Amino acid sequence: MQHFSARKFGRWALAAGIFALVAAGSAQALEWNLPPAATKIAEDVHSLHEYVMAVIVVIFVAVFGVMFYSVFAHRKSKGHKPANFHENTTVEIIWTVIPLLILVVIAWPATKAVIAQKDTSNSELTIKATGYQWKWGYDYLKGEGEGISFVSQLKTPRDQIEGKADKGENYLREVDNELVVPVGKKVRILTTAADVIHSWGLQAFAVKQDAIPGFIRDAHFRADKIGVYRGGCVELCGKEHGFMPIVVRVVSAEDYTKWVDGEKKKLAALADDPTKTYSLDELKARGEKVYASNCVACHQATGKGAPPAFPPLDGSKVVAGPKADQIALVLNGKTGTAMAAFGKQLNDTEIAAAITFTRNSWGNKTGEAIQPAEVKSLRK
Amino acid sequence: MSAVLDEHGHGKGGDHHDDHHHGYGGLMRWVTTTNHKDIGSMYLWFSFAMFMVGGVMALVIRAELFSPGLQIVNPEFFNQMTTMHGLIMVFGAIMPAFVGFANWLIPMQIGAPDMAFARMNNWSFWILPFAGSLLIMSFFVPGGAPGVGWTMYAPLTVQMGMGMDLTIFAVHLLGMSSIMGSINIVTTILNMRAPGMTLMKMPLFCWTWLITAYLLIASMPVLAGAVTMTLTDRHFGTSFFNAAGGGDPVLYQHIFWFFGHPEVYIIILPAFGVVSQILPAFSRKPLFGYASMVYATASIAILSFIVWAHHMYTVGMPVTGQLFFMYATTLIAVPTAAKIFNWLATMWRGSLTFETPMLFALGFLFLFTMGGFSGLVLSLAAVDIQLHDTYYVVAHFHYVMVAGALFTAFGGVYFWFPKWTGKMYDETLGKWHFWLSMIFFNITFFVQHFSGLAGMPRRIPDYPLIFETWNKISSIGAFGFGLSQLLFLYIILKALSSGEKAADKQWEGADSLEWTHLPSPAPYHSFETPPVVK
Repeated sequence: MQHFSARKFGRWALAAGIFALVAAGSAQALEWNLPPAATKIAEDVHSLHEYVMAVIVVIFVAVFGVMFYSVFAHRKSKGHKPANFHENTTVEIIWTVIPLLILVVIAWPATKAVIAQKDTSNSELTIKATGYQWKWGYDYLKGEGEGISFVSQLKTPRDQIEGKADKGENYLREVDNELVVPVGKKVRILTTAADVIHSWGLQAFAVKQDAIPGFIRDAHFRADKIGVYRGGCVELCGKEHGFMPIVVRVVSAEDYTKWVDGEKKKLAALADDPTKTYSLDELKARGEKVYASNCVACHQATGKGAPPAFPPLDGSKVVAGPKADQIALVLNGKTGTAMAAFGKQLNDTEIAAAITFTRNSWGNKTGEAIQPAEVKSLRK
Repeated sequence: MSAVLDEHGHGKGGDHHDDHHHGYGGLMRWVTTTNHKDIGSMYLWFSFAMFMVGGVMALVIRAELFSPGLQIVNPEFFNQMTTMHGLIMVFGAIMPAFVGFANWLIPMQIGAPDMAFARMNNWSFWILPFAGSLLIMSFFVPGGAPGVGWTMYAPLTVQMGMGMDLTIFAVHLLGMSSIMGSINIVTTILNMRAPGMTLMKMPLFCWTWLITAYLLIASMPVLAGAVTMTLTDRHFGTSFFNAAGGGDPVLYQHIFWFFGHPEVYIIILPAFGVVSQILPAFSRKPLFGYASMVYATASIAILSFIVWAHHMYTVGMPVTGQLFFMYATTLIAVPTAAKIFNWLATMWRGSLTFETPMLFALGFLFLFTMGGFSGLVLSLAAVDIQLHDTYYVVAHFHYVMVAGALFTAFGGVYFWFPKWTGKMYDETLGKWHFWLSMIFFNITFFVQHFSGLAGMPRRIPDYPLIFETWNKISSIGAFGFGLSQLLFLYIILKALSSGEKAADKQWEGADSLEWTHLPSPAPYHSFETPPVVK
């Protein structure tokens, strides 16, 4: 007996040692529970989780109390003689009914939570979240800020991912354009996708809704605390699945109004005139930026791609070929591959610039400047 | 009954009153064998080989996840690893392992000479190496293996290279093998029982396999349909799962999980059967509540067909759908709890000893119940939405798959090894194998509950810094667990080459026919004249 305890203690000491060693080696505090709730529904869900865990702990103690008592008391080495019972209808009925009753008790709060989570009526702001490989597009459809539209993607530099630079505090959970919403307002999120299934997940709001190409689904939240909340795509969507975070900034009503005004002004200033003619250098410079945020994940900064799934652009027949073909390919994408239809995501000037960049970079030297008007004329 | 047996005896042509096989020797013996024991052994070895391959993939995953950032593999290859690890472990390792047990044990336990369709049995097995090769070959074709997850959700599958097609064909072959194996098991159990061996006298292992075989026959064709539709969407212009052509990507998920949920019971029910043989043997006391065990197994099987959408709470079902699947799912806890109580009552006031098989059975009982608890948490739709596709789910299904099915398979091998080979394994090393597996399993997977709650999505090659500690612990545990399995191989090889002779009834409390009526090792043809069961 004593021998056994000593051995057992040794095992626990070993496990604890490994644990302490590893815990000391990492800089961050341990996160071991659901992140703090920022909505009423998330709070309810967290209490439901705690409630179920309490029930489980009670069952755990009861069931394993019996098991370990039996393991210690009814051993042959202690001379315990086996009984010979093998049936007892009363007992069997009792232990079928008890779990059933426990389930009924859990069912009530569980049902309430589902109904609350599913009620997307009477929202004050409606935003469409579109999943792309591998970024999120947001369109403010209804409510204050209607008409605002932007793309939100990972801001963490590639160097940090590849270990060439120190990782920042919000590594992989930072984006260039955050989704901004007002505090205390019911926000309805419509989800859809352009290519494959993604999922818009943010635990602080208890929202996780798949974004399905060709369909619109919805979820909602009413954030009651100002702050920044971080989540990400939670449905495998291809190679950069781990690199399309979601960041929501909840601000006061006044700050929200200010942000909306600023966005609208920015949009007006940014609007490119598709009839303007640019020089080759202007297009290349703009194109490099567009390429870096839209194309580089697959086709790589070197233009070498990652064949065969992601073909190289350097020396590509399409890039060296007729410009109309390349424009059409970028506008409409290529079915059956990860090549998206960028016509829906980028404006004519951006597409013209990106194509000009690819046709005049690395080994490609066509010397052609593609003008926005050419792209515009090829849009279907 | 006896007519069937006679015909079968004549069909095999001639005398086999001894222990030796007839026909080819050497390699061709294994290629042409129709003997249930040979085929059972091949299933088990094949499954162990695939377990090693799938295990190496798991270690690649854990090595990459040891630290944040991309170090060892690129994201595409990482996705291929998670996909193939899942497919190989489910279809290549766990399922064939239990078919191996079925082949070895069902004829012996019901008093039959062999399986009903001996030649089909050979074919069921020999399809597997080809299917396994297709899966592995997919790494070497342009585009590599599919990186879509073992669930193969559309429309991501449309973007994959030729490896996807190889995988689809492999799934077809695996399905054919399973269906043939199941037909064989059902026919054997229903027609070839010895006189007096009524259904309600069969060892529980036979019952769980009878029910599992029906589940396989009902669900494998559904999977075949799903992957065939994927194949035609990929190559022949159909739009089953393509919204632009009038299809629906979510339809794939419904079809897949209509197969996928019964599938998890296909994996766990035979494990229940094995545990129900081991626990009474080492408690020296009959199984408590035999009849209710049979009914509970059947209820679990039936319920398994009406809960599939609990894997899909986040696709956006109507509230009534969400509620229906939540209630149906929680109901599964009732028969499952009854089984656990029955096992506890079997041990209660027994005379327990703790040889390796018993340790694995107790490990199963403890950890499977933990997996059941996390299953209860996940069954609640509102909570599941917080945990869906996070490491909490990964922890949950490894508790039921590894500690549930795999631990039981280990326990079963140790339990029947003396009967199969006539030799004993090294008990001390066996216990080491158990304790190392037990400890490293928990180091690997228990912490994943925490990273899952904190929000770490599954199937990502790189992660935010808050998850680092849990991933480091998990990776250390995984390497320990993986290395511990080499000890298992060593134990088996050592026992085969120099194990001590085992007794005919090696375990004092074992009471099924293979222990009471057959010597160790069991003769090549178990029962040429059926025993009479009273």
